[in-house]
Amino acid sequence: MQHRPVYTRTAVALHWFIALLITAGFTLGATMTDLHMSPRKLKLYSYHKWIGITVLGLVLIRLLWRLTHPAPPDEPMPRWQRIAAHVTHWLLYLLMIATPIVGWLYSSASGYPVVYLKLWQLPDLVAKNKKLADVLVQVHGLLAWTLFWVVLLHVAAALKHHFFDRDATLKRMLAWQRP
Amino acid sequence: MRRHSPWISTIALTAAFVATAAGDPTIDASKSSIIATFRQESVPVDAALKKFNGRIDYNAAQPNAAKAALEVDTGSLDLGSTDYDAEVRKKAWMDSGTYPKASFISTSVKPGPTGHFDATGTLTLKGKTQTLTVPVTVGKAGSAMVFDGAFEISRAYFGIGDKEWNDVVDDKVKVRFHLVE
Repeated sequence: MQHRPVYTRTAVALHWFIALLITAGFTLGATMTDLHMSPRKLKLYSYHKWIGITVLGLVLIRLLWRLTHPAPPDEPMPRWQRIAAHVTHWLLYLLMIATPIVGWLYSSASGYPVVYLKLWQLPDLVAKNKKLADVLVQVHGLLAWTLFWVVLLHVAAALKHHFFDRDATLKRMLAWQRP
Repeated sequence: MRRHSPWISTIALTAAFVATAAGDPTIDASKSSIIATFRQESVPVDAALKKFNGRIDYNAAQPNAAKAALEVDTGSLDLGSTDYDAEVRKKAWMDSGTYPKASFISTSVKPGPTGHFDATGTLTLKGKTQTLTVPVTVGKAGSAMVFDGAFEISRAYFGIGDKEWNDVVDDKVKVRFHLVE
């Protein structure tokens, strides 16, 4: 049997690690804001910010990797599905970069700088400005929820290809063993 | 328009200049700032004290005769977030309801190099007092005197903040001031 091309190991590792971080970061972000003011709440906010910054860094690496190591060719599928898949992928990249950056902007505008892993204080992207912060937090939430729906679409499409079309779309991203 | 003689103008200008140089020792709160910086999870957070008043009597010729008295509204602490602002006014923190004012009254001044002095005085906060020596730099903004300095206090000493917060919020709080007369 002829081996089909798969994603590189680096791309596979980055994909699943980022997926895990986004799930954790999104869950934290969606729940922490409603908590009562407490030391735990402040800690969760810190973790949320660290996760976001990690995602931002890893996605930039992933993007560089993708631009230098092309994805395997598409499985045979209708044209509209191929277009939809590619639009979804680039939309995911865009949202994975924009969501943490707007979160960082929001942190700066609120006057609470990000101190990554309690070790490195990131530069403030904008000066403290309450009105701007109120807008940025809305945009951050909107981007995160858009990311949520696009991820859901991405997962649904992967499962459709795997279980209904029975093609190798998902396997390309699961293959650790190089063919 | 009536023309003044040059002499009268000169006298008027000189008088105005002398009046400004002597200065009004009252602090102009609109141009001044007092900012407390605390660290939570290693994140430095600036909290401005928005309402304060006081006066600094300072004469460069006799710096050791300088006097300072300041009063701050503890309820005016602004952390830039409604949640934190509500938390910090509670009994466990600033307890602004019981202790609406904090103050610093100088007791002695030790002149340093030109433009510097150390002000020793009593800080009263949340019903407790502490003697502090604060290094102050004197400058000028136009005709106004400007005093800049910073000092550190311990939350624990003044009983500010619940114990449960101690592993998240540092004990030391740095207070910076920029006071313009």
